[in-house]
Amino acid sequence: MTHLQARGVVKAYGPTPALRGVTLDVAEGEIVAVSGPSGCGKSTLLHCLAGILRPDVGEVSWRGDRIDTWSESARSRLRRTEFGVLFQFGQLVAELTAAENVALPLLLAGTGRRAARTAAVNWLDRFGVAELADVRPGEMSGGQQQRCATARALVTEPRVLFADEPTGALDTLTGEQVLTQLVRLAREQRTTVVLVTHEPRVAAYADREVVLRDGMVDHTGLGFEASLGGGVR
Amino acid sequence: MLLGLLGAGSKHGYELKRAHDERLPRSRPLAYGQVYATLGRLLRDGLVTATGQDRDAGPERTTYALTDDGRAALDQWLGSVEPPMPHVTGALFTKVVVALLDADVDRAQAYLIAQRRAHTERLRELTAVKTAARATLDDIVAADYAIAHLDADLRWLHTTLSRVADWHREVHS
Ligand SMILES: Nc1ncnc2c1ncn2[C@@H]1O[C@H](COP(=O)(O)OP(=O)(O)OP(=O)(O)O)[C@@H](O)[C@H]1O
Ligand SMILES: [Mg+2]
Repeated sequence: MTHLQARGVVKAYGPTPALRGVTLDVAEGEIVAVSGPSGCGKSTLLHCLAGILRPDVGEVSWRGDRIDTWSESARSRLRRTEFGVLFQFGQLVAELTAAENVALPLLLAGTGRRAARTAAVNWLDRFGVAELADVRPGEMSGGQQQRCATARALVTEPRVLFADEPTGALDTLTGEQVLTQLVRLAREQRTTVVLVTHEPRVAAYADREVVLRDGMVDHTGLGFEASLGGGVR
Repeated sequence: MLLGLLGAGSKHGYELKRAHDERLPRSRPLAYGQVYATLGRLLRDGLVTATGQDRDAGPERTTYALTDDGRAALDQWLGSVEPPMPHVTGALFTKVVVALLDADVDRAQAYLIAQRRAHTERLRELTAVKTAARATLDDIVAADYAIAHLDADLRWLHTTLSRVADWHREVHS
């Protein structure tokens, strides 16, 4: 059974084609980078895979089930339980503190308030921002917000993490720290990661790189086996 | 490099020097002695041949052209990927210029793609070295240095591939 799969996915925004037939298989525990120039359709593909957008044509399957035909509520339940999503823009709820933001997905999934708060602070700590637990996003730096958003995306221990430019606004060192931690946690928990980035050095954290160009797969970098077998020392 | 310049058409020694200095302004200007020494070596190895002489404009001028062996040697050089180390940029740039000079877009693209693959692979290796639990500060700092350079090369490779593709599309439509 395939883990996560897109088959011939086509998606347009009105007259603007964003994806023109993308096929992609992601194995369980694999970290895949999706890269390519601005506007090539990376975010759109991520949103289709995560069940946020529905393709116009084509299929998206999760563990053998076609989720593109599911209702909105079924897909949003999937996103709350099995998937974690880290968006490119506008991540945190401005009115809530860091801990409340991170606890939110757990509360939505029915976890009790205290347990959710404990888990949230624990996850903030893993990204080195536990001291910001009671601070609101408006009083944090971009990098601190990014760490909180990453903690929030992982707090439910999702099977798949979708991350759209997770280091976009960060300096090299901060970006690297967030990324290293994210990859380490993903490997520990065998979380599958779909990582959107336009930076080669960020894509290099992945097992495999899929490069999009004009809404199509331009080429694929090293395969999972190849990168485990030969390249990486 | 001289083979590449001859690939675009036969030339005199002087024209070769000029073409080199114009195309690759960042490398050191060629000395005439160097041009003729190299041509001598290429003649001896049968990679170039003297195709004609003209004397009317002062000093004697011999025109040189690529032989089939010379073409094969050029193809082999252009086809081989450079080891992706920080200092590779010069050779990488030279190959792309030479391939484009030959108006051989497929060749340039094939080389760029192969080189991008080699760079990407190396970048991934270095990233693994750096993120390994046992990495020392030395390892990390050294990897950082190489990664920064490879990253710059890779951006240039991506951009150049897009430019070559756009240019190719324009010319052929
Ligand atoms: N909500 C929208 N409405 C209309 N067009 C859109 C919308 N979102 C994206 N597009 C268009 O779809 C195409 C793909 O956009 P997408 O956001 O997937 O690109 P991207 O690869 O993520 O780019 P970037 O690197 O800039 O984030 C672009 O041409 C874009 O202009
Ligand atoms: Mg995007």
